[in-house]
Amino acid sequence: MLKGQDFNTTYQPTWCPGCGDFGIWTALKTALDELQLDPHNVVVVYGIGCSGNMANNVKTYAFHGLHGRPIPVAEGIKLANHDLTVIIIAGDGDTYGEGMNHFISSIRGNHDVTLIVHDNQVYGLTTGQTSPTSEKGFKTKSTPGGVIEEPVNPVSLALSAGASFIARGFSGDTTQLTDLIKKGIQHKGFALVDTLQPCVTFNKINTFQWFYRRVYHVEKEGYIPNDWNKAMAKAREMERMATGVLYVRERPSYHASLPVLEKGPLVKQPLDGIDISKIYKDFV
Amino acid sequence: MQKNSFRWKIGGLAGNGIKAAGDIFAKTCTRGGLHIFDYLEFPSLIRGGHNTYQIRVEDRDVFSHDDRIDLLVALNDNAIRLHQNELDPGGGIMYDPRVITADVESLGAKGIKLFAIPLVELAKKYGEIVMQNTVSVGASFALVKYPFEILERVIHDAFAGKNDEVVTSNVLAAKAGYDFIEKEFSSVDFSHLLEPIGSSSTQLVVTGNDALALGAIQAGCKLYVAYPMSPSSSILHTMAQYGDQFGIVVKHAEDELSVANMAIGANYAGVRAMLGTSGGGFALMGEAVGLAGITETPLVMVGAQRPGPATGLPTWTAQSDLRFVLHAAQGEFPRFVIAPGDMEECFYTASEAFNLAEKYQTPVIILLDKYLSEGHKSVVPFDLSRVKIDRGQVAREKDLSGLSEYRRYAVTESGISPRAFPGTKGGLHIANSDEHDPYGYSEESSENSTEQMEKRLRKFDKAEVDIEQPKLTGTPNADVTLVGWGSTKGPIREAMQLLEGAGITANQLHIRFINPFPSKTVASVFRQAKKTVVIENNATGQLFGLIRERIGLEAHAKVLKFDGRPFHPREIKKSIEDILTHA
Repeated sequence: MLKGQDFNTTYQPTWCPGCGDFGIWTALKTALDELQLDPHNVVVVYGIGCSGNMANNVKTYAFHGLHGRPIPVAEGIKLANHDLTVIIIAGDGDTYGEGMNHFISSIRGNHDVTLIVHDNQVYGLTTGQTSPTSEKGFKTKSTPGGVIEEPVNPVSLALSAGASFIARGFSGDTTQLTDLIKKGIQHKGFALVDTLQPCVTFNKINTFQWFYRRVYHVEKEGYIPNDWNKAMAKAREMERMATGVLYVRERPSYHASLPVLEKGPLVKQPLDGIDISKIYKDFV
Repeated sequence: MQKNSFRWKIGGLAGNGIKAAGDIFAKTCTRGGLHIFDYLEFPSLIRGGHNTYQIRVEDRDVFSHDDRIDLLVALNDNAIRLHQNELDPGGGIMYDPRVITADVESLGAKGIKLFAIPLVELAKKYGEIVMQNTVSVGASFALVKYPFEILERVIHDAFAGKNDEVVTSNVLAAKAGYDFIEKEFSSVDFSHLLEPIGSSSTQLVVTGNDALALGAIQAGCKLYVAYPMSPSSSILHTMAQYGDQFGIVVKHAEDELSVANMAIGANYAGVRAMLGTSGGGFALMGEAVGLAGITETPLVMVGAQRPGPATGLPTWTAQSDLRFVLHAAQGEFPRFVIAPGDMEECFYTASEAFNLAEKYQTPVIILLDKYLSEGHKSVVPFDLSRVKIDRGQVAREKDLSGLSEYRRYAVTESGISPRAFPGTKGGLHIANSDEHDPYGYSEESSENSTEQMEKRLRKFDKAEVDIEQPKLTGTPNADVTLVGWGSTKGPIREAMQLLEGAGITANQLHIRFINPFPSKTVASVFRQAKKTVVIENNATGQLFGLIRERIGLEAHAKVLKFDGRPFHPREIKKSIEDILTHA
């Protein structure tokens, strides 16, 4: 039986001491362990950023791709072999900035992947510029006069796009986060786990203490995640920040909607015995 | 009387059914054993504008379109105004006198034969006005005395799947056109005749895109992903049409960034995945080309060229993306660039591209262009026994079970290291876009960076001898050697024959593999040639410059065309004659 540490590699994380990434790392490994997933049947696709550097630290199949593009890589993997568990580790810049089109499209398609977003409201690896989720007025190296744009609200955006599973976690609560990641993986379709986390080096506003004062577990207040309007209200709460599973709606995943895949994963289909001459009649 | 050498053109508005008419005309010819090559012109819009479809019919294999025509079917005045000068004396114009206001009588005085026919009235009699295209096709075949029965069968097949009424009304409309010509113009001597010559084997009528799609299916392509863009879109349509039948997932993705990354994900996971685009879409994929390069993921990319920059001339032809695809993406990594020259080469290049991509674990770019992608040629059915599947070095569970460790990017003598597909026990690794060590871990040391770069580049040490070398065809020791790549293959071949007819001996060097560049073969040809001329559909002579870069020799001259139109054989002949005269 695997333990969380069995998903460790020989490579040590390169995050700052106290980084929120550690909590997400722990939660991911624990979730994989508790779901009893074989490492070779799991592919984690990573974007670029501090979050993406986790590629070196989780012992599964890993694809460390381009900034903003882990979602389509993950979709390609899932379409090629839907027997695999496909997880995406990405940052808020990856997902809500550079790769926004993929985020919306993957939700619309309900591709059966679990997207864990490291949402720390700042660009860490490029040493502290504004991110799409930074609050209005946030001062950074690239926005010394304060951010002019309204922040992206990942949960309300995902709701609007028709997401079938939306959760919000907090890297300071790995027990809850582990549970959310597990539920996301078990969900048959696109699962967003937007994960609030501090960047201890470049975000001096949204600190652990800042989050601790705001986050709460929705299920403890009797919240049931089956109502789109209630979920939207939770998403838009400003003073308190709802964590937990915020919305679930079962609908067929993308690969399950393809008749071609009914006989099994593409990767298992033989390449011999193909005979295109049977369609020559259409070209004469 | 000219028998079985005929050039037909139909012109009208977009929405007039020009393309449908052309398709039916072409297949009616090939079913009688004749050979065709066709060429379409249309602007980037759906209604209006000016569309043409021209078909060259011969009793031999035909390799290009021609700039001259024998019969012009003019569905509007524009068709007459724009194309009357393409007719030779003895040629004819078919038109509806109630539609056309252009001065056709003066053309008649110049020896052009006039075939006035109530296309609209006959179309409306059996259906809708749009069926004037069908009427005109029927009438055209009557003029060249070609049996109606063949046309009737083609119409049946073309409209198969639609209701019987559509089939019947089209057959009746075609027959009405056919009968009208037979009755009204029986005494007119139209100097062209088409006659079935029979054929031992059935010919296919395919575009380059069709041929490439069929080749990819036969090669085991299991996922095709694209974002529509002319002139690549018909690959997407063909793959989508046959996807279910052949077990292929066909995905129209949200943008080209997604297209390229999705194809990489699928290839990484172990299926043969291909993507298609044009220059603009390819530009958006640039970073992903490098991602495939450094993660050593096979990736077959089809780039169907059209004139740029930017939106350029969306529905016209060019060969101006050669330098672009050779260099797209930051950094250095090996890539294949292959430019098939005709429909047969499109078909066989597809399987070759998959094999090379998987053997060398790197991107393979297939360059087409509008002329090749959207024009049709009749071909004998492809030889499926020539399609071999070589998946390269794959580490399967049995290969890995005895090993204490697996190094995905092991530094090997060939530079190629076996890849393990996710799901394989014992094959865990990181496919890493960061520079990485042999296991895939991010690693920035000087030694490792040098080793991994050399490993990847070393894969191409032997690639130049692995590829099919270009062949010199035509007369040995000729007066002039015509050098080209991609779709100029056919027009150059036809031009060579015209030159021979004018007493100039010529041969042809068609360079299909652009990268790795077949330097030794090309250098040897250049050293022995009396005079070399590079012929390209671009403004800067991209192959011309590349040859100089790769072999240190410069061609004597270049012939360039960059107006969105393909070369036709006669203009190549004239350019060569000018070059030889002024040499």
